[in-house]
Amino acid sequence: MKTKKSAYLSPKNRFSLETVKRRRDSQAGIKSKRPAIPYLGWMLVFTIIPLLMVLYYAFTDDTGAFTLRNFVNIADYSHIFLYSLYVALISTLICLVLAYPMSFSISRCSERKQSIIIMFLMVPMWMNFLLRVYAWVLILQSYGPLDTLLQLFGVDVTLIGNTGAIVVGMVYEFLPFMILPIHAVMSKIDNSLIEAAQDLGCNSFFVFRKVVFPLSIPGIISGVTMVFVPTASTFLVAQYLGGDQLMIGDVIERVFQFNHNSGSAIALVLMIVILGFLVFMNRFGDKEAVGR
Amino acid sequence: MKKKSQKIYFGVIMAFLYLPILYLIAYSFNDGKTSVWKGFTLKWYTALFNDAQIMTSLYNTLIIALLASVIATVLGTLAAIGIYNFKGGVRSAIQNVSNIPIVNPEIVTGVSLMLLFTFAGTLMGFEMGFVTVLLAHIGFCTPYVILNVTPRLKQMDGSLYEAALDLGCSPVQAFFKVVIHELMPGIFSGLLISFTYSLDDFVITYFTRGSRFQTLPVQIYTMTHQRINPKANALSALLFVTVLVFLIISNAVSSRKDTEAAR
Repeated sequence: MKTKKSAYLSPKNRFSLETVKRRRDSQAGIKSKRPAIPYLGWMLVFTIIPLLMVLYYAFTDDTGAFTLRNFVNIADYSHIFLYSLYVALISTLICLVLAYPMSFSISRCSERKQSIIIMFLMVPMWMNFLLRVYAWVLILQSYGPLDTLLQLFGVDVTLIGNTGAIVVGMVYEFLPFMILPIHAVMSKIDNSLIEAAQDLGCNSFFVFRKVVFPLSIPGIISGVTMVFVPTASTFLVAQYLGGDQLMIGDVIERVFQFNHNSGSAIALVLMIVILGFLVFMNRFGDKEAVGR
Repeated sequence: MKKKSQKIYFGVIMAFLYLPILYLIAYSFNDGKTSVWKGFTLKWYTALFNDAQIMTSLYNTLIIALLASVIATVLGTLAAIGIYNFKGGVRSAIQNVSNIPIVNPEIVTGVSLMLLFTFAGTLMGFEMGFVTVLLAHIGFCTPYVILNVTPRLKQMDGSLYEAALDLGCSPVQAFFKVVIHELMPGIFSGLLISFTYSLDDFVITYFTRGSRFQTLPVQIYTMTHQRINPKANALSALLFVTVLVFLIISNAVSSRKDTEAAR
């Protein structure tokens, strides 16, 4: 305290135009670009260089010579690639259909109720994802609860080890990621807009068609992105629920165990497909925004 | 009528989300390894706590999450301030690169870091383990900190900082007393998100952990991969209760804040 006061009164620090100016300059503190330097270096080492290494490995063989063979090799996996996109598409659509009405009814509740419901949607999300898949392994396994129940009704089907089981697992994993963003935009739709549409003679279908749906599009776009991307690229869900059926994430993991070059090529293609999808969704979103 | 169908739909979705977890938890008390109920037991819980490997993994997970979230928060807050002072195209270019770990599929981030660490490892003679996992976690946490702090920077009134300087603060004092104070809500939510993401990460850890270092999600993988393990059920029950208690508390705190703000 004492030192501070004396420093303040010392001739060096006396209030003059010059000190004010000096202090303004030392705004360097928050107006400077320097605080970003450590992170810029970080991004170079831990984001850019690793991706360049993927690129390098994808275009070289194990002696380091340039080759395109890795991409020819991965043609073997193209059906798994398409299968992963197919599973991601189906799962995303199911999530959208399930989530949309749910998000709308949540958004029409009182604020207090909304935050409680949102909390209960987030609890399963915070559970470890492997445990959630594992829960479905237990439920769907032969002689498991669902199997036993169906047997009672004389239905005899294998519930696990097929595409259906994978899709159920994916929808279970990612449904909250569809509900939350759609709810976020819907909760901002003013009730008076809906009432105005009703006053102007819209029936409930047209209220939906003309007011609710257009305003919810940004939420749909981010929900679809948040479900599609992880579903298409996830690994292990198929290993747990799909039997011998693998998805592209599982393939990357397996191929990487013995060949970094082919693995990098697959990872590179996956990355490009996903980035293409993101750009497409972004464009789509912008167009919708302009259209309104 | 409409209200009723809405309520039923609510119930169905909630049942879909919760029944599998409740089923897991119920069978953590089953005195048998199959889905046949053989009586109540707590033996899987005792087994869980006596499993040294699981306890080590839990410890590792907590240490990594703590260190990664704190370091990412410091790094990210500074970065957010610095990046904010870049203009136009350069700024959005930096932000785009910064967001790569968020938008890129996790598995691609994982394998790319694995390539880096194995390459650097053979060059400098180290093996992947604690340090590489920590670096990887800092890497995917920092962008979330930046995303949380930047909106706060936009809201902050720059003249507050000038006022502090004019009133005799040194730049360092002004930084801590004004800037950090103003950014605090963003910094705090960035820290919290980083901590939870780090706790829960499996994919990136899996590729950067080397052969010996274990975290809890990796441990869960070894426990549940291709077999039934009631200890995993017991672990689920404990995690579920932890998450539930944590979310209820944070919900109560934030709603109390809201009512106070409304007053």
